Amino acid sequence: MDIDLITNILYAMVRTGTPLLIVALGEMVCEKSGVLNLGQEGMMLMGAVIGFIATLTTGSLLLGFILAILSGVIMSMLFAGIALGLNANQVATGLALTIFGTGLSAFIGADFVGQPIDGLNPYAIPLLSEIPLIGKMLFAQDLIVYLSFGLFAVIYWFFKSSRAGLTVKAVGENPHAANVIGLPVMRTRYLAVAFGGAMAGLAGGYLSLAYTPLWTENMTAGRGWIALALVVFATWRAERIILGAYLFGLASILNLVAQGLGYPVSPNILAMMPYAATVMVLVMLSSNVVKSKMHTPMWLGKPFHPGG
Amino acid sequence: MIKLVPRGERSRAMAYMSPVFAGMLTLLTGGIFFATLGLDPLHALSVFLIAPVSDIYGIAELCVKAAPIMLCAVGLAVAFKAQVWNIGAEGQLLMGGLVGSAVALQFGEAEGFWILPTVLISGMIGGGLWGLLAAWLKTRFNANEILTTIMFNYIALYLLLYFVHGALKDPDGYGFPESALFSDAATLPILIEDTRIHIGILFALFASVSIWVLMQRSFIGFQIKVLGADANAAKLAGFKHKHLVWIAMVISAALAGLAGASEVTGPIGQLIPSISPGYGYAAIIVAFLGRLHPIGILFASILMALIYMGGELAQIELNLPLAVTALFQGMLLFYLLACDVLINFRIKLKTAATNAAMGN
Repeated sequence: MDIDLITNILYAMVRTGTPLLIVALGEMVCEKSGVLNLGQEGMMLMGAVIGFIATLTTGSLLLGFILAILSGVIMSMLFAGIALGLNANQVATGLALTIFGTGLSAFIGADFVGQPIDGLNPYAIPLLSEIPLIGKMLFAQDLIVYLSFGLFAVIYWFFKSSRAGLTVKAVGENPHAANVIGLPVMRTRYLAVAFGGAMAGLAGGYLSLAYTPLWTENMTAGRGWIALALVVFATWRAERIILGAYLFGLASILNLVAQGLGYPVSPNILAMMPYAATVMVLVMLSSNVVKSKMHTPMWLGKPFHPGG
Repeated sequence: MIKLVPRGERSRAMAYMSPVFAGMLTLLTGGIFFATLGLDPLHALSVFLIAPVSDIYGIAELCVKAAPIMLCAVGLAVAFKAQVWNIGAEGQLLMGGLVGSAVALQFGEAEGFWILPTVLISGMIGGGLWGLLAAWLKTRFNANEILTTIMFNYIALYLLLYFVHGALKDPDGYGFPESALFSDAATLPILIEDTRIHIGILFALFASVSIWVLMQRSFIGFQIKVLGADANAAKLAGFKHKHLVWIAMVISAALAGLAGASEVTGPIGQLIPSISPGYGYAAIIVAFLGRLHPIGILFASILMALIYMGGELAQIELNLPLAVTALFQGMLLFYLLACDVLINFRIKLKTAATNAAMGN
């Protein structure tokens, strides 16, 4: 394997891992506040389709990304209204969001399948992108990848050293205690869910406006679910999520690797790899019951009814 | 301002009424939705919900579509009762179809009454083992079953594609990714002539009755219900948690596998890349809508089958994308969950007057 191939694989690994990173960071914030939103896939698909249509009709990528984020937020508020506002079962509500988002996005996007747009192009930072091996991976990406680096740093700092981060954690660990000391439990949860929605929308927009760039039905192909698993086995820590996301990016581009090495493997078998890898890592990292209980936000998935 | 007041006790009446409210709200929203698309809402709704079943052929098709959904959903009801979140009925159905097909094709043109049962049981085993894998990972390694079963859905789909493009492809099929047609001995008999109603529908009804007996009249069913209601109580009573998780999972997975095997040996008659339009996911909605009870699930399956048929007809007659089916499915589940709030809470309108009356 020559150095150019490795450079390109590293580049593609980060590019492919980016949507996973963005969704997983958003979901992590949401889960830290004690809310389990299984609707990632539905929110991503809505972000992807709305962003794509906006860019296709106006020609503006910026508008596409803004509307992608916005549709993620709107979808997440649908979830929040039912799961938080009406105290419904969070697992079922999240599933409903995924089913609904899958249907609605396919419905809205039916006339736009396969239409071409000018997607977001990479922007190589002079000099830095010339560094051997890692230069292309870190400094020849597009703006959303750079943004994802920034988002990672901010979220890492948020939970490490900010007061607001502490509030989110308190609300997720014990909403009753948080309520007693006067923390705004419900407002924090709504905001955390909205943030998760914004990130899922952005990740969806990234897929249809930069990564592919195309719209097809169900184009997220389970990335929302993989991101949910990622949060679990990263034990709700940002620095592990970024590693995991890129590891899964690598698993998703194994076909590229296999071609490079000259191994002919069935495309259907290769397509299974990210999902199989998810199960394997999940099994390896969940098996220590005590440890995984320790890291899980105590109140995750349980409803909280103020005064009830 | 609306305020939720806890009832203190579950309202049984609301548990039964909530699906009805959800259905009506879905109809209403659907009508508004059609109107915003510039369609006559009444006409569109009648194309969607009445036209598909306006003749004998349509009613027969309704039964054909409801059967696999019902098989998956009664199984899921057992799993959900035990708080085992099996989201993998779709993958278990696909594995049932795949394994059933592989066995059916081995028999070639052989004759014999035992061929069909062998095929169906293989399908059940295929689906059951696929579910059991997730149960084992849960009880042995503590791996979250929602995530593993979802992943297994994707893996099952690619496995099926791998085989339908490879080992199980019809050698005389001009390269199409389809298996050979199954022989008559490996095909489900037709129940009513000139329709596609096959005996798989009886499997669904039989499964419902069996599940009802299991849950209401057996000790296993009792243990499953206790486990679901209060895991600590089940532990104190000495029930074996692992065994119950395995039983709940294997029942739901085997029934989904039977649904898959019945689809390939019934209405489809061969293995093709797309043997299910998401029946396994629809069954999740059906299980909730039917209140995890066999009779409720019977009605909910018929409604879900109708939504599938309505979507197909709306595509032809109203020129709408087929995705309108999933849209209605999602809407129905949302409304159901929202209406379910009425089971545990009363809604109180908080106005200035009530505040004053309460002395605030």
